[in-house]
Amino acid sequence: MSDKKEVAIAINDIHKEFILPQSKNSTFKQTVVNIVKKNRKVVQKVLDGVSFEIDKGDFFGIVGRNGSGKSTLLKLIAGVYTPTIGSIDVNGNLTPFIELGVGFNPELTGKDNVYLNGALLGFNRRQMDVMYRDIVEFAELQQFMDQKLKNYSSGMQVRLAFSIAIKAKNDILMFDEVLAVGDEAFQRKCTDVFEQYKANGQTVVLVTHAMDTVKKFCNRAVLINDGQIIKIGNPKDVADEYSRLNQVVIDKSNDKKNKGIEKNQDAGQHIEVRMSKSKNEKPSNSFLVNERVRLSLCWIEKMSGEKMILDLYKNNGVHVSSFTCSTFENNKVVRNGNRRKAIMTVNLNISPGGYYFAATLVSRDFTQKLSTLNPTNEFSVLKDWTRAEYVFNGLTGLSHEWIKE
Amino acid sequence: MKYLHSRNRAILSEMVRTDFKVRYQNSVLGYMWSLLKPLFLFAILYVVFTYIIPLGKGIDHYPVYLLTGIVLWNFFVESTMIGAGSIVARGDLIRKIRIPRYLVVVSSSLSALINLGLSLIVVFIFALFNGVTPSLSWFLIIPLIIELFVFALGVSFLLATLFVKFRDITYIWEICLQAGFYATPIIYSFKSVPAQYHKWFFMNPMAQIIQDARYVIVTNTATTIWSTIHSFMTIGPFLVIAVIAIVGTLYFKRRSKYFAEDI
Repeated sequence: MSDKKEVAIAINDIHKEFILPQSKNSTFKQTVVNIVKKNRKVVQKVLDGVSFEIDKGDFFGIVGRNGSGKSTLLKLIAGVYTPTIGSIDVNGNLTPFIELGVGFNPELTGKDNVYLNGALLGFNRRQMDVMYRDIVEFAELQQFMDQKLKNYSSGMQVRLAFSIAIKAKNDILMFDEVLAVGDEAFQRKCTDVFEQYKANGQTVVLVTHAMDTVKKFCNRAVLINDGQIIKIGNPKDVADEYSRLNQVVIDKSNDKKNKGIEKNQDAGQHIEVRMSKSKNEKPSNSFLVNERVRLSLCWIEKMSGEKMILDLYKNNGVHVSSFTCSTFENNKVVRNGNRRKAIMTVNLNISPGGYYFAATLVSRDFTQKLSTLNPTNEFSVLKDWTRAEYVFNGLTGLSHEWIKE
Repeated sequence: MKYLHSRNRAILSEMVRTDFKVRYQNSVLGYMWSLLKPLFLFAILYVVFTYIIPLGKGIDHYPVYLLTGIVLWNFFVESTMIGAGSIVARGDLIRKIRIPRYLVVVSSSLSALINLGLSLIVVFIFALFNGVTPSLSWFLIIPLIIELFVFALGVSFLLATLFVKFRDITYIWEICLQAGFYATPIIYSFKSVPAQYHKWFFMNPMAQIIQDARYVIVTNTATTIWSTIHSFMTIGPFLVIAVIAIVGTLYFKRRSKYFAEDI
């Protein structure tokens, strides 16, 4: 890194407020009604004193939870919004991609759309003529360029839009969540392009939820929450802080959900599933990938020799695993009057996401359903950023071992 | 208005091009409709106003006289109606990209202007068929069109800005245009209006423009503001245009910063 850094974007104490009328004054009648009733306007502060600088050559990440104000910030930098207070100085030409394929018209041919989109991004016809071949080649759509865009598949449209976006070189590029779309091959292409940008010292501003992207590409990042900067600097620190922030929110919402479920159980549910990190810890609803979890099952006996079946589902309904506890064979089941309790530990070597259990109490020969609990409170499995080997794709990390023969 | 930067010119030309390409999509005759529409409209008006309600008695080349008025009025209607809705209609662009907002309005007016050009070709052809002698004065239509364009653009800026907040505007404007159609001597002539009201009719820029256009294209018997008013009041219609254009542009400029969040 050179000592002298040129500032690409300087953001000086930005405040942004949106005025939300009680009901939007889009007709005269409503306006009159609102004036007469003196409906107060609600001012929503979205950004509250944000300042930072992005240097030339930075690969800068902006992260934050939904509604934190990061997209507003991006639109302010792009010049779509005007700040209420403060100023933004952009040094150089800036191409914002708040959305891919802005202005695409389905009635035009692919070729016409390239020129239209290019013009909106700031390139005239002559400049586009030079880039046209590259764009088409990158999108791999040579034989479709004279077809109308409405006859393209959505994947083809995205490919075309993205090709324009990356071939349309400008001093500063800005992306909002573009990596969230597209299949794996497309995402890999994006990754390659980002790597190129990084190698070429292209100034890039990226707004994303994907912390691994931030860690991989960004050299600086900022975390925004409730319109203020929480953390700025090293992307790893920022990503960790972001994960922590999410954890707090998930815990809170799960607590709420669980309260509701407990009430249900009082109303006649006979099975209860609780998860915690260890015996002495209070029940939790979010765990890390590969964390060992203590699971306690309580129910009321219906029949001697009954079996408890516990099914683990991903929140999209995929059946992940099943555990059976036979009260006849399992001598670890605690008996207390007609109450039964079984405890197990389980290794959560499953991919990050939301999961829930469903429990069914059946007769010894599986022919009768005695009682059911479905579904239980959802719990979350989160990426463990500290352990790279626990980050895997797919449903589960099968236990394996490399051997030499 | 600012000097047109080359990138703004590119946006403008692409937007107008798109407008034009999309307009006659999937129609068999395509661009021909730009010519056929005024042609058929004219044929209908011709039949109605020469055989059924003969308003045009005593006017030289009444068919061409009528058509000139209709074509100019239609431009005004088209460009202001589309212009008024243009900012909201292009909301997707405005919310996602920084382009000078005025380009959106100007491009819709330019599309209407191209249509006017095509319609005027029909007018000239008809003028020749109808026995009007071509003359160099035909070229005087150009400054008149510039005046009309400035007027329509000013109105469009004003309405487009208002429309972002008040969606009633287009309905109100439609009624105004209906009234304006009869307040402007388009199908009738000044001969059926009592002479003492003439000067007030001419305070309407459309009346001044249409009468001047008829004078330079069709017949020098057409009543114009110049032959009617001989006082400072001749600046009336120009003053109206200037005020509307300035107010419209300034209001548009002031509000355009907030279009992205107001739409």
